[in-house]
Amino acid sequence: MKRVNFKLHKQAKPPRGETSRGSNAAARRKDFLRSMCFLGPSVLGVIVFFVVPFIVVIYYSLVTNGTSPSFAGLDNFVSLLKNGAFQLAAGNTLKFSAVAVPLAVILPIVLALMLEARIPLKSQFRTFFLSPIMVPVASVVLIWQVIFNYNGTLNAFLSNFGVDKIDWLKSDLSLWVVTVLFLWKNLGYNMILFMSGLANIPRELLEVADVEGASPWYSFFAIKMRYLSPTILFVAILSMINSFKVFREVYLLTGDHPPEGVYMLQHYMNNMFNSMDYQKLSSAAIIIALFMIVLIAILFKVEDRFGKDVEG
Amino acid sequence: MKKNRYFGRFAVFVLCLVFAVAFLLPTVLTITNSFMTEAEINSNYGTVFNSSKSNSYQSEKVNLKFIPDKVTGSQYINGLVRSPEYLIKFWNSVFLTLPIVLFQVAIASLAAYGFTRWRGKIRALIFFFYVILMLMPYQVTLVPNYLVSKWMHIFDTRWAIVLPGTFAPFSVFLLTKFMRRIPYSLIEAAKIEGAGEWYIFTRICLPQCRAALYSIVILVFIDYWNMVEQPLILLNDPEKQPLSVFLSTINQGEIGLAFAMATVYMIPSLLLFLHGEEYLVEGIAHQGSVKG
Repeated sequence: MKRVNFKLHKQAKPPRGETSRGSNAAARRKDFLRSMCFLGPSVLGVIVFFVVPFIVVIYYSLVTNGTSPSFAGLDNFVSLLKNGAFQLAAGNTLKFSAVAVPLAVILPIVLALMLEARIPLKSQFRTFFLSPIMVPVASVVLIWQVIFNYNGTLNAFLSNFGVDKIDWLKSDLSLWVVTVLFLWKNLGYNMILFMSGLANIPRELLEVADVEGASPWYSFFAIKMRYLSPTILFVAILSMINSFKVFREVYLLTGDHPPEGVYMLQHYMNNMFNSMDYQKLSSAAIIIALFMIVLIAILFKVEDRFGKDVEG
Repeated sequence: MKKNRYFGRFAVFVLCLVFAVAFLLPTVLTITNSFMTEAEINSNYGTVFNSSKSNSYQSEKVNLKFIPDKVTGSQYINGLVRSPEYLIKFWNSVFLTLPIVLFQVAIASLAAYGFTRWRGKIRALIFFFYVILMLMPYQVTLVPNYLVSKWMHIFDTRWAIVLPGTFAPFSVFLLTKFMRRIPYSLIEAAKIEGAGEWYIFTRICLPQCRAALYSIVILVFIDYWNMVEQPLILLNDPEKQPLSVFLSTINQGEIGLAFAMATVYMIPSLLLFLHGEEYLVEGIAHQGSVKG
């Protein structure tokens, strides 16, 4: 295996005074101009492709549809929230995330801990667990079809035990099927994050705990979990975003008209794009953005509480 | 006591084996199935994909098989030589993904240097905004992208996907985290020697980040090679779709072909993965927390 030499040094900040020597306004302006030479292209692109159009999105969400738009207040949001298709899509997506995200945090911790044990073939196992991330969803979708189809392998297997055939993606269990596909794809990535989190726990601390006779459970919950808490936060946010991408699997499996149980937010957005309903699109985008921001803020607060004394 | 410990390790090993099989199986099956003849595919999966040709044999139950009865490359020849539409879609994917990877990494290395070299309230604020933007799902960013593509008259062209991808903040975030680990004394020393900013950037910062750059290239490539949402909305013309979308619309009579093309589509990311796994792992690991 190749070893990669990443230069790991303590974070080196330019000293504060360096960037703005004293309070010299001219030097400060010069620094600003220089930094903008490097930041410029990126900042400009972000403004053109994300910021400006998003302001227009906000505008669309606040005006009525038609040739002479007038101020509509929150009417667009209200009608969106009352819309049956949106409720179905948002409900399914939330239900899915509520199941998939916790699993996508807990299972990788288990995998990472398993790979800490002294077992043979460790690095091979890591490679195997990680391998799904390089497989495009479109490539494995055929196999998922074969497994979960009404006439598929899973039903054939279960029928040996006298279980009746069901059409998995149309059944009540469809969200669970999608969860399995999601976990298959994402566990390895999250596991790597936890492995590096575990590697950063000071060894002495664990050794002391061991010498003092702490049980493995105690050292897991009192030490490891505390040090992992920033990683848990990150994995939770990442999995949340990824759980919105599960549309890919569903779309590639079921096409434009999915069964109701797996009708996701992105399906709804696609339909609105097709009917060019700017009002619904804009209000939906804003609601999802606000939801993500609030959720991330909450997660940050929780993590602040829990992991306070191990950072810095 | 000791026996117990050995038993524990054995149990963990077995569990790892089970997981390994579960993680590898779908990929391996896709690859092995791509070497089957169309007839064999039909007899195995006919009931699933309903591609019944009246007189050919179909088994009642589906038959998920590892080893082809007869190994053949005919599906590949069909897909790559006889019906060029797959090849066209494959190149569509390449021409969408490669520019995004190149441009995004180029723009990001400039920006990361800007964020590393100078600190200040405004720049901290911009960086914070980048992180928020990075955390937004497609359902949020696709609406702005759609509007811009209409204004610029690039809707239904490659650029509608490439340009927003170029300025996506993910690489900026990750590369800044890497660059901030370069010892400041290196930059300081160069400055005392009278080196300009461009010199410091190209001769000191970038070489130090070579491994990081490679890992970011892999991550960005995998992400965009797999794209589905953007082409569905920003490209109307079915001819322009990348293979990642097109594979799902494959005709029912061509399942064998689909397996072959699915395998072909895996190859670029598979090669990157096998070659750069250590870099990939380091890249993922260094995302660490969003806070740092």
